[in-house]
Amino acid sequence: MGSIKNISRRGFIKGIGLASGGLVIASSTSLLSSFTTTDIEVLEFNPNLFVQLNSDGSLILVASRSEMGQGIRTSLTSVIADEMEANWDKVIIKQATGDTKYGNQNTDGSRSIRTLYQKMRQMGATVKSVLITAAAKSWNVPESECKAENHFILHSSGKKIAFGDLVEIAKGLEVPKKVKLKSPKDFKYIGKTLPSKDVENLSNGSAIFGLDKRLPNMKFAAIKRCPVALGAVKSFDKTEILKINGVIDVIEVPSIIRPFGSLGGVAVIATNTWAAFKGRDALKVEWDYGKNKSYNSENFMNNITENIHKTGHVEKSIGSVDDAFKKTNKAIEATYQLPHLAHTPMEVPNAVAYAKGDTCEIWAPIQAPQAARREVAKLLNTDQANVTINVTFLGGGFGRKSKPDYIVEAAAVSKAINGPVQVVWSREDDIQHSYYHTVSAQYMKGGLDKNGNVNSWLHRFALPTIGSTFKPGSNLPQPWEAKSATDLPYDIPNMQVETCKADAHVRIGWLRSVINIPHSFAINSFADELAHEAGMDALEFRLNLIGDDRIQQTKDKYKYDTAKLKNVLKTAAKNAGWGKKLPKGHAIGLAVHYSFYSHVAAAVEVSIIDGKVKVHHVHMAIDCGTTINKDTVIAQMQGSVIFGMSLAFYGKITAKDGAIEQSNFHDYQMIRMPNAPEIHVDIIKSNNKPTGVGEPGVPVIAPALVNAIFKATGKRYRSLPLSDHGLV
Amino acid sequence: MITLKINGKEHTVDTDPTMPLLWVIRDIIGFTGTKYGCGKGLCGACMVLMDGNAINSCQMPVSVVQGKELITIEGETENLQLLQKSWAELNVPQCGFCQSGQLITATALLNNNPNPSETDIDNNMIRNICRCGTYPRIKSAINHSVELKNKG
Repeated sequence: MGSIKNISRRGFIKGIGLASGGLVIASSTSLLSSFTTTDIEVLEFNPNLFVQLNSDGSLILVASRSEMGQGIRTSLTSVIADEMEANWDKVIIKQATGDTKYGNQNTDGSRSIRTLYQKMRQMGATVKSVLITAAAKSWNVPESECKAENHFILHSSGKKIAFGDLVEIAKGLEVPKKVKLKSPKDFKYIGKTLPSKDVENLSNGSAIFGLDKRLPNMKFAAIKRCPVALGAVKSFDKTEILKINGVIDVIEVPSIIRPFGSLGGVAVIATNTWAAFKGRDALKVEWDYGKNKSYNSENFMNNITENIHKTGHVEKSIGSVDDAFKKTNKAIEATYQLPHLAHTPMEVPNAVAYAKGDTCEIWAPIQAPQAARREVAKLLNTDQANVTINVTFLGGGFGRKSKPDYIVEAAAVSKAINGPVQVVWSREDDIQHSYYHTVSAQYMKGGLDKNGNVNSWLHRFALPTIGSTFKPGSNLPQPWEAKSATDLPYDIPNMQVETCKADAHVRIGWLRSVINIPHSFAINSFADELAHEAGMDALEFRLNLIGDDRIQQTKDKYKYDTAKLKNVLKTAAKNAGWGKKLPKGHAIGLAVHYSFYSHVAAAVEVSIIDGKVKVHHVHMAIDCGTTINKDTVIAQMQGSVIFGMSLAFYGKITAKDGAIEQSNFHDYQMIRMPNAPEIHVDIIKSNNKPTGVGEPGVPVIAPALVNAIFKATGKRYRSLPLSDHGLV
Repeated sequence: MITLKINGKEHTVDTDPTMPLLWVIRDIIGFTGTKYGCGKGLCGACMVLMDGNAINSCQMPVSVVQGKELITIEGETENLQLLQKSWAELNVPQCGFCQSGQLITATALLNNNPNPSETDIDNNMIRNICRCGTYPRIKSAINHSVELKNKG
């Protein structure tokens, strides 16, 4: 994969005017050349614009994925710059608008680098090749005597010419049909630590997030939505609201029953956000609460927990667990329960929309700009070409901003008021009207033979499926939602995974690392429980459980590699001082998980002080193939630890009478600095294809933490958050 | 009419005196570096300096801060600039949205305590949430700034 033959021969070079006087290299990438069959890629073949070299030497590189803190703008463009032999200081990053011509832009699934790495390399290599041809032509020397270095083309005689000075000649040249990619040993930026191009703007208040976009005469709007998911407006009285200073109008927002449609409600339009919030809070609305009005998450947990104690739908079966459990020396069972979660990115959902006639321009923090474009075009009954989606910086995303419902709202309000508007969600809106991470109950049963080997493993779970957001009424997990359970990398002769029914009563959506959160929690907790039952060292037991070195038997292009899993686990354990004397009262817990095609392990060191858990150190080890920006991988691992700790300590969204009970950071808490442990990251060196980084660090944190608490106290916590158990 | 002194300049605004300072800064005056995160004084994204101390601007009616010396993330004050430099050097921000507030809280900390201990840092920075999890880097960057300052 990734060989040169995938470069389109339709690639072309001509000045097609991102700016006058610039050489625009437009290379084509085939989306058919995507690495993996599990990605939902748009199967189209479009020209893409990624590189613009100006005669002054400045180099504009386009980032087609959204920046939400994962450093993607720098990572993607540094790959182009490296292959091009460009001087990083000359690079200016331009954010792509939402447009299928850039290929898939969905910034989710930890796949931006994984799917674009080779393509971006090809973009850079193609430009470099053209510049070498241009220089050779101007000097009348063979191309073989020329090479690119630090924004210049050098000739073996010693003469050199700046990239910018080659623009005129390069403009008239054919794109090469074959380009050679660099050898990894010659990488200048890839694999090193490159400072983020955005770090200064992100530290001085000048970076423009969606919430910071301003247009002349722009109004602000806050929307009152039904407390119960998918309920509808019956009636409202705006008389008193219109008297509030700053309030301009109160209008109904349509409810659009589509996966990313607007929830509907009543919008208060004002001259400032505060007046809009104030009007919205005071507004009285009569609701038709709809079919979710009796949703009670406590009862629901009891129901799905009952379900998992009955036989479910078999997703995968190896050997016979039934036979094995009859014969086993010792069988143990455990039930794990995890609640709904909300993403709570620091920047709430928001969007600026300006609908004018048939056209609409949007400025928003969005992980899925093309879906936004599609939904807005549909809402306004116009062609997608008439809709421009400008992607701002995202103040966090975590999957919330891959659903453009808030953009649809803004477009609807803008159309209604016939002018520019910013729809702003309050933090309460964000917590109470999210696309929640699913609630889950999981039943595990394992059998041990007399030598303490696991001979049987049953994993049965129930959780409202993300599929229910796309196909209302869906109540069984989709196969991909079982994958992190069925892809169990343990060497067990009898293994079965079953799924059970669970209806959705809120919108269910992706949250950083998605289904891996519950699966990794149950699998890593249960493996630790089995180790204890077997009376064995948890590390040794787990390494045995993973078994011999082997590669997963699958049709996927990516496969887990048990040698890598064992390596990250051993590395994290060793770095944490596993087996060594720890300070009194301290204990280490381990977890290892394969997700987003990366192998990750965590070793969490805790102690219990006055009945409260304190996390002292977290050692992370990740094998994510080729590293693009080392510091970014470290940052993502640090962030994953904090994100994983937040959900383990506090994460719990509950519903009563269909309404979400939490509302802000006092009752939906986050880890803060005093609870942040020292985090140590070990990146395994690799020249393999790059794999996911943003998400795979999250799933290992909670189970490693409960395993550590068990070791320290002898108490096993099978449900989260720990705040429910008085531990935080 | 309310007159505010922000970043050394006077701004006169005709607004509801109970409007929180945050919204006056963002929506009326137009400095967008100060962020909305929760509206309840829980997350620290809206921090500004008032006479050198960090306050949650979402909790402060604008009438109360008349005559006070206000500094936002766009402003200039020795410790803020020093911290911003360290922020860049240590590549602190991820999404960056909370960092205005983090920097303001850290500036106030150094204004009042030029040599903070780890506990001092924790006890001050507890006011700010970072959902991306940049706490270890924020702490390092504060310590780095202190070192730079002590070196002179």
